[in-house]
Amino acid sequence: MTQALVRIEGVSKSFGSFQAVKNVSLQIEKGEIFSLLGGSGCGKTTLLRMLAGFEAPTQGRIFIDGVDMAAVPPWERPVHMMFQSYALFPHMSVEKNVGYGLKHEAMSPADRKARVREMLELVQLTPFATRKPHQISGGQRQRVALARALARQPKLLLLDEPLAALDKKLREHTQFELMSIQERTGVTFIVVTHDQEEAMTLSDRIAVMDQGVVRQVGRPGAVYEFPNSKFVANFLGSINAFEASVTALGDQISVDVPALGQSVQARAVGGLIVGQNVTMALRPEKITIHRTPVEGDNVLAGEIKDLAYFGKDSLYRVALPSGALVSVHAVNAARASDDDRLADWYDKVWLSFDPSSVLLLTD
Amino acid sequence: MIARWFHRRGWSDLVIGLPYVWLLIFFLIPFLIVVAMSFGTRTSTAPPFGFGGENPAINLAGYARLFSDTLYIRAFVTSLTNAAGAMVLCLLIGYPMALGLTRVDRGWRNILLMLVILPFWTSFLLRVYAWMGLMGSNSWFNKLLTGAWNWLVPQAWDVANVPLMHSNFAVVLVMVYTYLPFMILPLYANLERLDPTLDEAAMDLGSRPFAVFRDVTLPQSIPGIIAGGMLVFIPAAGELVIPTLVGDSSSPMIGRVISDEFSSARDWPMASAVAVALLILMVGPMMIYSRFEARAQARERSE
Amino acid sequence: MKRSNTFLLTMLGFGFAFFYVPILSMIVYSFNGSRLATVWGGFSTKWYGTLLSNAQVGKALWLSLEIALLSSIIATMLGTMAGIALARFTKFRGRTLFSGLVTAPLIMPEVITGISSLIFFILLGQYVGWPSSRGFTTVTLAHITFSMVFVTTIVQSRMLSADRAIEEAAMDLGARPWQVLRDVTLPVISPAILSGWLLAFTISMDDVVITNFTTGPGTTTLPILIWSKVKLGVTPDINALATLIVLTVGLCVLVAGAVMNRAERRAERDRRMAYRANE
Repeated sequence: MTQALVRIEGVSKSFGSFQAVKNVSLQIEKGEIFSLLGGSGCGKTTLLRMLAGFEAPTQGRIFIDGVDMAAVPPWERPVHMMFQSYALFPHMSVEKNVGYGLKHEAMSPADRKARVREMLELVQLTPFATRKPHQISGGQRQRVALARALARQPKLLLLDEPLAALDKKLREHTQFELMSIQERTGVTFIVVTHDQEEAMTLSDRIAVMDQGVVRQVGRPGAVYEFPNSKFVANFLGSINAFEASVTALGDQISVDVPALGQSVQARAVGGLIVGQNVTMALRPEKITIHRTPVEGDNVLAGEIKDLAYFGKDSLYRVALPSGALVSVHAVNAARASDDDRLADWYDKVWLSFDPSSVLLLTD
Repeated sequence: MIARWFHRRGWSDLVIGLPYVWLLIFFLIPFLIVVAMSFGTRTSTAPPFGFGGENPAINLAGYARLFSDTLYIRAFVTSLTNAAGAMVLCLLIGYPMALGLTRVDRGWRNILLMLVILPFWTSFLLRVYAWMGLMGSNSWFNKLLTGAWNWLVPQAWDVANVPLMHSNFAVVLVMVYTYLPFMILPLYANLERLDPTLDEAAMDLGSRPFAVFRDVTLPQSIPGIIAGGMLVFIPAAGELVIPTLVGDSSSPMIGRVISDEFSSARDWPMASAVAVALLILMVGPMMIYSRFEARAQARERSE
Repeated sequence: MKRSNTFLLTMLGFGFAFFYVPILSMIVYSFNGSRLATVWGGFSTKWYGTLLSNAQVGKALWLSLEIALLSSIIATMLGTMAGIALARFTKFRGRTLFSGLVTAPLIMPEVITGISSLIFFILLGQYVGWPSSRGFTTVTLAHITFSMVFVTTIVQSRMLSADRAIEEAAMDLGARPWQVLRDVTLPVISPAILSGWLLAFTISMDDVVITNFTTGPGTTTLPILIWSKVKLGVTPDINALATLIVLTVGLCVLVAGAVMNRAERRAERDRRMAYRANE
């Protein structure tokens, strides 16, 4: 295996008595888009600032391309950052902003000019080269910030909430643009975001952070489908979670779920023992809703308590006889009018789900 | 060579060090000399003070005189009442003006604000002088006042002219005139930031305009009132120019006393003692001011 | 609502009358033909003639401008340094004393600042031999000291409200700290530096009390000249001088206002342009 581009080894950071980052270790490979995902105050931005060199770790070490960064000041690191506020220099034109980093490099003026032109083309801002930052739109500013950070060909690009300041439509478009630029330049990206959808679409791998600790690292699909804790499951998408205890092991695992008033079959996983308390979790979209009774292992009967119609899909809240509420997400595949919906308020419905969809979480 | 030195951390030492040393030499040392001087003894030498030798090393006579000589007590009382009077009048005139400024439309507001600041850019001395012209016993303004007075009161109280000049009233009036922008500007900055929907909410909940003002606007503008009040009170208490030009020389303000002790009486230790006493008196209001300002800044930062 | 607005607008009108009636009266009386400054004796411009033929006034004005220019430039440099130091260097030895030294001159009564400067210069002259006498040098030194803290206040508050991320961005792009200062910080705070300089200049041009204490024979600034005349009472030529000063300052402020207004309109146009660029 090749050596990781970034190695973070047991890094902690305290501000006074507050521990922002607690003993984080991560390896980030060359050429990947890696996301640090978490709510505000989870330590993701602090970690990013330590990579850029604006904060020094209280403990632990950071290696970039095998070099210990402890004694390297920000201006000598092969790392550039795209700031959340973009931090464009207000008194410089777009091209001056993009060319600023190159000023600190031994480079002929002609090369420098060519490089700026190349970067402006990359982000499609050539016609705006002489404008000042306040004369262009938010989306264009974001692209100037990107071009500026990429101009010096960093080994690593840090992006702090790159899409947060854009409106929803522009955000989707920009996401794909970011990915294509990353592909073309081959620069490693580390993205800090609080938006799980953004993290899922952009990244090759995600690290979910909470209270200064990395809770789980993995590919987006793996983290979503196989969360290792209730926190991660909840943070990425929504989940139905109930207390349960293991009653039998075998080809399938049986768990007793008191809130549902019945037992549930789950696909076998290792490491569990009979009698162990676990959390039985089930994503809403993994449940099928039926208007007529169905036979099978994992079937629940209930009544629709609430429904929210989103257009392409609907969210149902189904009350079970035990009083528990189960959320179900269903795609509105067929076109239906108001009188002819899949299910309506107070309808009696049956829910089924596959044992492979059931998550048994011990954390 | 210089460039290499700059590349090291040296430049930050320069940025801190140069103004620091300047203020130490030209502000702190002179101030400490005044404090030391207040414990000295007046002599007939040049410079006219002495420490040790035949004089006591620490002479508290100056401070003792502050309490025994009614001149100083009266001067302090006059200063504080004049400054307080100017502050209150500035508030009474400045508050409605600041609030009025928030109610006129944008285009006009910038022009009016400029008109508030404009006198501040013209000479302070000439603004005082303008009032000397108005208050003199032969001026049109004084004649107007005299006429109004004689028309209002019974004939027995008629006066030839209203004695405006050389009175504490004149001092307060001119102080209000010169310091009013200091009251209006912080008040306006404060009132302008208030959320107008709060007023609407209060009205929606049944408050009449005056109740809205009393319950919503006024409590929120207290930081502005304190800032404006201090900006008027502090310079007014130590004022020298205004009382010299329009004040009553038989009841001088403290600034005048310090200046006279120093220049006319050549009693440097006594002038210093009075100066130190004035500073001590002003420390109280200043601490209140800085506490409010720190709190306002903290609030701003948390927003 | 209506009635309270009427009250406030009346107060506003009254307030502006209070501000400007004395000044207007002064201007009108500068054209007074009578020797008695407060009794109207017909229209005349003779006091302007008297004023312009008075070489003392011209000399004093020139001296004031020299002192104001020199002291405000040095004060701006020192004040800007102090503002940057206080806003950016959160930890250095003696920071508390430094921030105290920067605020104290703002609230120190001018009489005390004046006297302490004078005593300091006298003793310095006595025991060090410099300055041998008081005049241009001592006045300029005193003006620098008490006007630099105003610059510091303005610069510091601009620094605190500025986005620190742009300085970090420059550093991130390879700029060393002093290059960050030169390329980013100073250009961004330049409007604050300019207004600080303007304030320092005006304060120096206008100062009476501190100048009065620190000046010596032969060094008469314009405010000192006016002060010595005004102490004796109202005279018509001072009315003329005051009118000229008020009109000059008024014109400058008007021009500055127009320039600012144009800049604001341009900023508005830029915003619209940015909005269109969104499409």
